[in-house]
Amino acid sequence: MEDLIQTNYALDTFYFLVMGVLVMFMACGFSMLESGMVRAKNTAEILTKNVSLYSIACIMYLLVGYYIMYENVDTGSILPSFGTLIGAENTVESTLASGGDTYYSKRSDYFFQVVFVATAMSIVSGAVAERMKLWAFMIFAVVMTGLIYPVQGMWTWGGGWLSEAGYSDFAGSGIVHMCGAAAALAGVILLGPRAGKYGPDGRINAIPGCNMPLATLGMFVLWFGWFGFNGGSELKLSNIDEANAVAQVFVNTNIAACGGLVAALILAHIWFGKADLTMALNGALAGLVAITADPLSGTAFWSMIIGAVGGLIVVPSIVLLDKLQIDDPVGAISVHGVAGIWGILAVVFNNPDATIVGQLTGIVGIFAWVFLASLAVWAILKFTMGIRLSEEDEEVGADISETGIEAYPEFAQS
Amino acid sequence: MKLITTIIKPFKLDDVREALSEIGVAGMTVTEVKGFGRQKGHTELYRGAEYVVDFLPKVKIEVAIGDDLLDQCLDAIRTSANTGKVGDGKVFVTSLEEVVRIRTGETGPDAV
Repeated sequence: MEDLIQTNYALDTFYFLVMGVLVMFMACGFSMLESGMVRAKNTAEILTKNVSLYSIACIMYLLVGYYIMYENVDTGSILPSFGTLIGAENTVESTLASGGDTYYSKRSDYFFQVVFVATAMSIVSGAVAERMKLWAFMIFAVVMTGLIYPVQGMWTWGGGWLSEAGYSDFAGSGIVHMCGAAAALAGVILLGPRAGKYGPDGRINAIPGCNMPLATLGMFVLWFGWFGFNGGSELKLSNIDEANAVAQVFVNTNIAACGGLVAALILAHIWFGKADLTMALNGALAGLVAITADPLSGTAFWSMIIGAVGGLIVVPSIVLLDKLQIDDPVGAISVHGVAGIWGILAVVFNNPDATIVGQLTGIVGIFAWVFLASLAVWAILKFTMGIRLSEEDEEVGADISETGIEAYPEFAQS
Repeated sequence: MKLITTIIKPFKLDDVREALSEIGVAGMTVTEVKGFGRQKGHTELYRGAEYVVDFLPKVKIEVAIGDDLLDQCLDAIRTSANTGKVGDGKVFVTSLEEVVRIRTGETGPDAV
């Protein structure tokens, strides 16, 4: 029996770490997607943001974030308790004494959780692309990953008030994706649109992304990483039931992305007259975000439908935000926020434990906290150091003005 | 001697090159260019928002020839680059004062 507990512990920890590595690679996916969707003159800067935010997220979550989210949480609490670092690792004696209830390493839990924090922060960088000051973004990343994200994460996954309120969110349609989108929305509102995006008469000008192959690569890397994001959130693999559950999650996650992509592509073609690749990419991601709140309870067929509806929602959402002059170059707010809300609500179709009241409580609670806290931080930054590039710097491009490095120095600007 | 400068649709480049080689044109210079004529630009949609493509991709071919080849050359370009649709391009003919082959120092029609 002891040997079995030891082996299962090793297997579940290994599974957890490998799933975490898959999610880590999503940082690459976001980097490539965003590089492809911005103009060439802002590419090196957005890459700088992406590599930095990942590192900042890991540091802040180690220093304070993990403690806030998981350590010393009173059941049902709203306010966090503060502390630093990760608590003591499980000992052999305590793990064996638990009879299998403790089934993965605490360090593997930190690792798996921290890559989610980075994902939430990555969402912000796409939405504010091409016009934000690099260091204002970095400071926001410190507060977001050290405080804003962990507090609302504690509310549900740490055992706080939202989990008591019956909010159900398997891998984080709300806790990770809508959270990132809410922070992004607050930033975009205070930041304003890119120069030239909206004409004086309300005319909407397209600013095409510079590299569709990179954007497509980014989308596929995200899709790949999502198997870890959702597959790892089952947390356990080492018996027949759990192994079946993980496999079901993989199948549902995959088919939801397919449904989202096909639905968005068809809708875009009917609406715009041509098969807009960027909408197809956003559609796949919307499908993935939508299924993330519950990739386990439904059948594969249901998951495809949930993903497809995500894809159908994301296209009009992107157009609507544009009409409202909320400039989001990569569609992050629509993909992660709007499709995320749909995903949270869709849990009630398949999961008998979820209630519409519980889900709505989660949406309102998380959105209100993240949006208002982010708005406050962005406002403080705006009125102290400033968050927006000067007109001239924006025109020259953030590559030159912020990093001094051009992403494509040997290409003539067309 | 004449300098023929012709703007054509990019996908017609191979046809024009072959047609010119057949009548004995010995060399040419090709440049990728952008521009518009009566065809004007056109609008495209990106993520539901319109944008105008003012300058369309074209290919510019420059050929230096002796006067005797002029009519044949114009015919060859006109037939090989023709699709019958707007945007097929134009041919400009200018007189050439002098041509020098750098390697040998030959000048005039011998150098063409």
